[in-house]
Amino acid sequence: MKQLWKDFVNGIISENAVLKLMIGLCPVLAVSTTVMNGIGMGLATTFVLLGSNITIALIRNVVPKEIRIPVFIIIIATFVTITDLSMAAYFPSLHKTLGIFIPLIVVNCIIMGRAEAFASRNTLIRAIADGLGMGIGFILTLVVLSGVREFLGNGTILGISLPFKGFEPALIMILPPGAFFAIGIMIAIFNNLFKLKSDGGHKHGSA
Amino acid sequence: MDLLKLFIAALLVNNIVLMRFLALCSYVGMTAEPGPALGMGWAVTFVMVLAGVATWFLNVFILQPLGLSFLSTLIFILVIASLVQLVEIYLRKSIPSLYHVMGIYLPLITTNCAILGLTFINQREGYTLIQSIVNSIGVALGYTLAMLLLANLRQRIKHSNIPKFLEGYPIVFILTAILAVAFMGFTGMAK
Repeated sequence: MKQLWKDFVNGIISENAVLKLMIGLCPVLAVSTTVMNGIGMGLATTFVLLGSNITIALIRNVVPKEIRIPVFIIIIATFVTITDLSMAAYFPSLHKTLGIFIPLIVVNCIIMGRAEAFASRNTLIRAIADGLGMGIGFILTLVVLSGVREFLGNGTILGISLPFKGFEPALIMILPPGAFFAIGIMIAIFNNLFKLKSDGGHKHGSA
Repeated sequence: MDLLKLFIAALLVNNIVLMRFLALCSYVGMTAEPGPALGMGWAVTFVMVLAGVATWFLNVFILQPLGLSFLSTLIFILVIASLVQLVEIYLRKSIPSLYHVMGIYLPLITTNCAILGLTFINQREGYTLIQSIVNSIGVALGYTLAMLLLANLRQRIKHSNIPKFLEGYPIVFILTAILAVAFMGFTGMAK
């Protein structure tokens, strides 16, 4: 039980995919213009992550080592297609705003990373805890970032305008540069808050 | 003329990294030095144009006539993954010098979301073969340009006094934000 809890919180702070590991950045920056989009993207990614973690943990002893990567890709792509089609059917407007970032969940490094580093080596129940933790860490990041951007850029949160006298929204925060400013400051705060030292980009090889 | 507009739009106005937020992992991960940044840029350009052409043929002659468009996510990622493998094998056997320049970056390209993203953009906009190729080249060069700009900026700030609070990745994003502001100046040049 203690181990499961550790696997779960691991993804939220100490190995937060976006803020600590710098993976899965593209969708985070692209869709965080409003909180609603952020939550939608977060839930869709979490669903795929959980689905692929569960499936891969179940078949991890059957898949030969040499062909595991193609197998993982097909499993992930299947879950992404399920998400894509379901969202198109039930949430057409959200599906339209998120656009190509829904099918692009396939190449979200978080999902492949957890499949390779965690789900393919651990039991089903631990893979579920890991998927949930990573997913919630991802959703929290998206909600905070999109909350900041929506408020500063548009003066609203979840579409409800907040009554602050004399506050003029700065449009730039919901344009592309605002995303980079906001994530930069957010990573700085996160690192200082949890005393994590980022290695300044000396790491090579993430794609 | 329209093709030139398309090219400028793909290269600058809708720059794949700075305006469309794709390929950010390699953008922050590979730009510590200009050399690797350029190598990655060429490798991506090469694979991107090939993938643009390959997925166009697949889309127009197989997926659309058979009504299988819902499988495109699955098919495109497999095409890109196998394409990268083929290119790697071909280069290693036939053009070793080129393989040394971009070889080590090739395996990383499969998960580079700019390439898969580009194939979706081509598909959704319904481009012709020529338009797809021009768009692919524009997007790829735009990626290379963004990589080079950031790599050189990072080179220049290496010895400057950065606020302690922003050291490491945060300053990279602040630089990117300023670059993005500059690129917003291109808005309206072409659509």
